[in-house]
Amino acid sequence: MLAINYKLPARNFWGGIHPEDSKTSTHTKKIQNLLPPKKAIIPLQQHTGALCKPIVNIGDIVKVGQKIGDAQAFISAPVHATISGKIVDISPMPHPLGTKVLSIIIESDGTDSWAIEEIKRDWETLEPEQIKYIVQEAGVVGLGGAMFPTHVKLSPTENKKIDIYILNGAECEPFLTADHRLMLEYAKQVVIGLKILMKATGVKKSIIGIEQNKPDALKKIADEINKESDLDIDITVLKVKYPQGAEKQLIKALLKREVPSGGLPMDVGAIVSNVGTSFAVYESVVERKPLVERIVTVTGGGIRNPQNLRVRIGTPFSNLIEACGGVKEEIGKIIMGGPMMGIAQHTTDVPVIKGTSGILVQTKDEVCDKPEECCIRCGNCANVCPMKILPNVITNSIKNDQFEHAKEYGLLDCMECGACTYVCPAHIPIVQYMKYGKTQLRKF
Amino acid sequence: MYTLSVSPHIHSNLSVKKIMWDVIIALVPALGMGIYFFGTQVLYPVVISISTALITEAIISKIRGRKTISNGSGIVTGLLLAMIIPPGVPLWLPAVGTACAVILGKEVFGGLGLNIFNPALIGRAILVASWPSFMTTWLAPQSGWFRRIDAETCATPLAIVKLNLTQELPSYWDLFIGNVGGCIGETSAFALLLGAIFLFIRKRISWHIPVSYIGCVALLSWIFGHNGLFTGDALFSILSGGLILGAFFMATDYVTTPITPRGKIIFGLGAGIIVVLIRLKGGYPEGVCYSILLMNAVTPLIDRWKWTVPKKFGKINA
Repeated sequence: MLAINYKLPARNFWGGIHPEDSKTSTHTKKIQNLLPPKKAIIPLQQHTGALCKPIVNIGDIVKVGQKIGDAQAFISAPVHATISGKIVDISPMPHPLGTKVLSIIIESDGTDSWAIEEIKRDWETLEPEQIKYIVQEAGVVGLGGAMFPTHVKLSPTENKKIDIYILNGAECEPFLTADHRLMLEYAKQVVIGLKILMKATGVKKSIIGIEQNKPDALKKIADEINKESDLDIDITVLKVKYPQGAEKQLIKALLKREVPSGGLPMDVGAIVSNVGTSFAVYESVVERKPLVERIVTVTGGGIRNPQNLRVRIGTPFSNLIEACGGVKEEIGKIIMGGPMMGIAQHTTDVPVIKGTSGILVQTKDEVCDKPEECCIRCGNCANVCPMKILPNVITNSIKNDQFEHAKEYGLLDCMECGACTYVCPAHIPIVQYMKYGKTQLRKF
Repeated sequence: MYTLSVSPHIHSNLSVKKIMWDVIIALVPALGMGIYFFGTQVLYPVVISISTALITEAIISKIRGRKTISNGSGIVTGLLLAMIIPPGVPLWLPAVGTACAVILGKEVFGGLGLNIFNPALIGRAILVASWPSFMTTWLAPQSGWFRRIDAETCATPLAIVKLNLTQELPSYWDLFIGNVGGCIGETSAFALLLGAIFLFIRKRISWHIPVSYIGCVALLSWIFGHNGLFTGDALFSILSGGLILGAFFMATDYVTTPITPRGKIIFGLGAGIIVVLIRLKGGYPEGVCYSILLMNAVTPLIDRWKWTVPKKFGKINA
């Protein structure tokens, strides 16, 4: 019998910060299904890697789950129709990651008819290669936010020996509760998804890491694992600290292994997936559903009635905000993702994509826009940096166009978690300098 | 129109101003003990120093066409300078010292964050070099609140040792509580430690510099005692002079000291060696001010030394 001790010994990593977690407005709220939108915008880039090619034409009639954009490379993931109806346009549209991206626009016929069989698949009879193929065809990507194609993760380089599969249920970003609710309401599916992932990679051992502030999810998942006594799945309590859910920090906390600088988890024999991804894998393999919907936390001081919504990919942000009672007062910022790593949006016309874990709406007062002052070398940034680099030194080099010097001090190790910027008393936008420095390095 | 900016979108609300005010609060107990032992008139130089600092900052901001943002650093510089001059000096002295501290110690480099030397110590160094007699005349401490004290003078404990005076040395208790001759804010180790504990609890300073600095002074003073090797009085050397004030409030100044733990320890050790050298072999009885200034000068070098840079996450030892 797997027992969890909530107090001891919560696993930890070096550095990090303790922002107010602000999850109380949604963490007890059940996931609500949002009706399919009248018009869906499906960007052909919803993953790390190569852009998809449209395989439908304007005027075509499509059904939910039908593939409409196909991958042109191994590191890519196909996209599917998320509502049934007619393709009305294929053109560049605003994308939540910034620039305009070629997107397929579908106008709903109101029937919501699906293009998939409704017979459940018996995953246990599938071979690993078949699982990988199904996952690839279903367009499953990492749903934690990075959107790295899952089938690529499941195919590590031949010479890397993988001995452990880590499932990431940390959800360390403040405000977000989508993963928390998923673990509570779909614990069984999450655990089956993990088992499918383990089978696909041939890994015999697994750990699920969940932060201490979600005891209910810990219990739910532990109960589910206890029902399945045949597999070596462990559950570990993580200390509540940001960025606990960052891949390298999570591996360090759980396994005490350090992913080498510039390396990947597979270099230390581990694969990490988000609990949301494992759920998507379950749906694609067992329910035969490609990735057409996901859970999004719509929250923040500017939202009237914050909620966790299950929405079709391609639904405009404005629909979600409206479904949550609209906005309270004058809005300062609309962010896709959490407050630490999320991306500010210039319009609510952008669609939910595979990596949209949350929509955070800040009021004018909540927006922090203090002017940048001179660095006083307090060293707070270095004390919280989970990658143990010296953000102030690197920022200074970047300000002086010394990009090689910045690289020497670990610019490329920076994962832009934002801990340094959060604690900087001089309000220096360190992450912004880091991003700029990286783009400059790429130019040379 | 929505605000667009790079993540993160929340902030801890820590500011330079908050840090500066923490330092000011931490200095209050020591100032209180200064008032207790040297009379209420020590408040005059404090007020004059702080106002000079603020006025000088404002004038320079005006000249440079900057918006005046008072982040409290001027108050810290003024307060610190007033605390490291003797009680009973003419009142133009702190004004001149503070103006020098702000202009030559800070603003010529571009303002807070860009200065190489600790501004208050620059101010003190200029005063000691220019008006040595004012800066080495010490009022004798007399306890009691709210009164002016007689202009009776005395020697500082370190001067008694240095000049082989016949006076009796003060007891450890007097040294600890601050009942000895010295600068306004440096004599009471007790009050300074209270302030230091506050800064530690608020996580404004780390242990590296104070511990290595004071530890180094204690060790070397013990080894190189007046009556031969290993006869020195470590406790006396810690409690007398400006070591406690310097170690916790000046050698921990962010701007002018190294950032990394290893760099900080080198800084502390170096400053400790210089203090003991000056006290034993130099012309002055006390060397805290110059030890910190000299180490400030080599801080950029320490920072450049790769050995002081912490091992980054995932770096393979090669």
